[in-house]
Order: sequence, then C-alpha cells, then structure tokens
Amino acid sequence: MIEIDLSKSTVRELNQRLHRLDPGTNEANWRVLNPNGAHAIAVGVTVPIEIEIQGHVGYYCGGMNAAANVLIAGHAGTGVAENIMSGTVRVRGNAAQSAAASGRGGLVIIDGDASARCGISMKGVDIVVAGSVGHMSAFMGQAGTLVVCGDAGPGLGDSIYEAEIFVLGKVASLGADCVERALDDAAIARVARLLDAAGIGADSGRFRRYGSARLLYNFHIDHAAQY
Amino acid sequence: MCGIVGLFFKARMATPLLGPLLAGMLREMGERGPDSTGFAIYGDDAPPGGLKTSLHAPDSAYDWPAFAAEIGAALPLLGPMRPYGSHAVVTLAAKHDDLHAWLAQHRPEIAIFGFGERIEVFKEVGLPDAVTGRFGLGQRNGTHALGHTRMATESAVTTEHSHPFATGIDLCLVHNGSLSNHNRLRRNLEREGIRFLTDNDTEVASGYLTWRLSQGMSLKAALEAALGDLDGFYTFAVGTRDGFAILRDPIACKPAVLAETDEWVAMATEYRAIATLPGAKDARIWEPRPATVYAWQRQ
Repeated sequence: MIEIDLSKSTVRELNQRLHRLDPGTNEANWRVLNPNGAHAIAVGVTVPIEIEIQGHVGYYCGGMNAAANVLIAGHAGTGVAENIMSGTVRVRGNAAQSAAASGRGGLVIIDGDASARCGISMKGVDIVVAGSVGHMSAFMGQAGTLVVCGDAGPGLGDSIYEAEIFVLGKVASLGADCVERALDDAAIARVARLLDAAGIGADSGRFRRYGSARLLYNFHIDHAAQY
Repeated sequence: MCGIVGLFFKARMATPLLGPLLAGMLREMGERGPDSTGFAIYGDDAPPGGLKTSLHAPDSAYDWPAFAAEIGAALPLLGPMRPYGSHAVVTLAAKHDDLHAWLAQHRPEIAIFGFGERIEVFKEVGLPDAVTGRFGLGQRNGTHALGHTRMATESAVTTEHSHPFATGIDLCLVHNGSLSNHNRLRRNLEREGIRFLTDNDTEVASGYLTWRLSQGMSLKAALEAALGDLDGFYTFAVGTRDGFAILRDPIACKPAVLAETDEWVAMATEYRAIATLPGAKDARIWEPRPATVYAWQRQ
C-alpha cells in the first residue's frame, strides 16, 4: 500500500506518479489522505490499480480514468469520473453535478445521491446511483446505462439518443423526446447485471425504463415546439 | 467564475473564530476570483439609536481624522472612528438619509459600502490574503460573515464593483453568476427609492431584496419572490442582522455546497473552502437544490 498525504504533497506530484506507472506495475494499491476538496485527484490513470481516497474530493476526480478502480470514501464535487473510459469510480457519499459526464465506458457507482446533470452526454458509461439524481440527468445521453435506485429530478433524459435510463423511484418529469419503454427480460437482466456489479441490492424487475422517442434526431418542422 | 463563502455561527455570542475562519475560506476561493475580494462581517452592536457605517474613500491615505472632525460637527459620532486605510467604520447618531445627504454635499468622494446596527463591509481589488490582511479580518470577531472573490463579467474591475453589495439596513448579498434583466429592474427600484452606487447587476439583486424587505416580507419570502423577478444565473448568499440565506437559480447553473454542524452553518462555492473549518469532516454536507431557499435565523 502506497500512501500519499495531500497535506504534504501536491495533486500534481500524486498524478505524475500515477501516470508513470507501467501496466504491469507492482505498485497496485494506493491510498490518498487529506484530499480536502482538491480538484483533479487521480485524473487520467491508465493502468489497472486500486486507488482509495479518504475524504471529500473537489472537481473531476477520476476523470478520464482507464482501467483503474477509484474509491472515494467521501463526497465528490463537480464532474466526478468525467470522460471515464473504463475501470470503476465509486463515490461512497454524494456526487455534485455532472457526475460521469461524457463517459465512454467503465462503471461509475454513487452510493449516495447524484446532483443535476448526472450522466450528461454519456457515451457508453454505465452509472448506478443508489440514491436519487437531480434535474436534466442523462441529458443528450448517446450510449450507456443510467440506473437510479431513488428518484429522478425534472427533465430526465432530455434530448436523449441511445442511452437507457432505469429508475426505481419517482420521476419528476421527462425531458424532450424521452419516453417510457417496456421493461422486457433483456432490460431486467441488464439492470440486474449492473446492480450486481455495483454491489447494490434492489429488485431489477421493479424499475421503469426510459429512452429516446427518436423524434429529435433530425430537425423536422412538425417537432419545432419540442426543441 | 467567482467564489462565495458564508459562515454563520448559531450562538448569539460573537466569536473570535469568525474572522480568521472566513479569511481562510476566502483564501481557498482566490483562484476563482482574482479580480477583487470583499467581505461583510456582523460584529458588535451599535449603541442604541446609532448607525454603524462602512465608508470608502478613493485614497488609502485619506485623512479620516479630519473627516471625523468635520462630520462629527454635523452628525454626532458615537464612539471612536475606526480607520482602515481606504475604509473607515464610523458610528453616528443619525439616519442613513441624513448621512447620504451630508456626504453628497460635503464629501462626495466618500461611498457608503454598508450601514446598519451590526454590519461592516470591506472590499477592494486584489487577492484574498492581501485584502483580508489590509482590513484585519483575521482579528475580527462576530456572529456571521459573508465573503466574495470576483472574476468580473458584467461590469468593471473596481473596488466599487466588488461584492458584497449592501443596499439596505444590515443587508448584504454576494453573488456568483450574472443577471440579464438588471437595467430595467434598477430603473424600477430607483423609482421605489432604492439607491445604487454602480451599474453592477448584483447590486440590483441586493436592492431588490432591500425593497421586498421594506414591504414587510421575510427574507425567505423575498428570495422566493426573486425567483420570479430576477432573470439570469445565480447562487446568492445573503446576510441580515441575525440571518443568513442561500438561493440558487432554477437550473442551478452555479455551484454551491452547504455544511452544517451543531455550532455553525457554512456555504461555499467549493468544498475546499469548507474543509478549512473545524469539524468540517463530520459536518452534514449537501448541495443546495435549485430554486430552493435555505435560511437560518438567530432568535
């Protein structure tokens, strides 16, 4: 276990050490102490290592992550795991707005609530939120899955493309071109697989499924009022 | 960008922790707003019938003793004046309108940055440590305080355009964001008798709350009315004599974090400002919801 205390070294020093690691490194377990809300902790890691951050982090923690498993034992600020490519980023507490924004792959788990715009412009990432999500979540989501075990705020899935959303609780309102779809066996299996991967217990058969009505893909004058 | 911070102790008794803790919070927000720094601190009460005013002169070598002698002959001073270079805190046996009229006639170069029973306002171009050090924030006690670091978008980088804006008795506001209907609103509020020092958008929001409070609204009701009347992006932190409130616009465009313990409530644009407070690790921490007023009032 390698411990980095951010009250003694800088985020840049930490990230540069992480960036120098080879894929086969023996330095596979890292613990980060005293993050105190600092930004860009453990951004751009490309090797399969375990990173545990003890405390609350600032913006973009675990951004662009590829292959690593990042655990944040605290709350996370704006844009946690933004543009994640693969691996896992888990937040034990709550996440501020734009969690997993533009994520292309991997798994992001929020054990608490996620705020507004969770999964905005998601492009393949899977997101499991044990609590609730704020307004405009999965906005313009292109691919991937957002699973919400609590409630969803207004404008869920606004202008969504081919991402899929599953919500166990109440949805305040759906955004433009987002509609409810039938929960078929394949969808139930998809939710069950993600809940299992996240280690979160919930009945996959009780979720409601939302996706695109595909009316806004191309401009059509009959739909002008929906833009 | 901009950074805003607020710290509200729940106890009635002023604490010497307030000044140093707010200075530490502001330091963390320096990168978000390197243009200017300002703070409002709610400290000792003015004597009964007294008006505590925070005055600003265009020159840091201003002759405040001469000023005090001259104004004291017209409007009696209650206690000694406290000069801080370009700023001075002066307590007078006078009404705000009397002070305003006297300054306009005799010392038009002096601006009133804050007035009331408890509020003191300091703001200047520069980074947090320079400004808070200049005005001795680290040595100040009080019950609650607000601060702001500014990255200007809507109006000029000057001391006058810095936050907080204090347009009413013991009322002040700091803002992260920008308003788009402030010119028309300013004209309407001027007709209602609200005074403005600048063309700044945030000053209009402060003036709007002053007007609503003068109609007898509670701070919470005034902020709920603001949701309908102010157009733009905002996270506001508002201070009153014994109260503290937060409001974000309906799409929560600008960031905000709230934290609460048994002793205090803190608000900041980013958590790293709150992380400097004693007990922050065990505080209840959450992101305020859009279009929702959070208000605390000391009884």
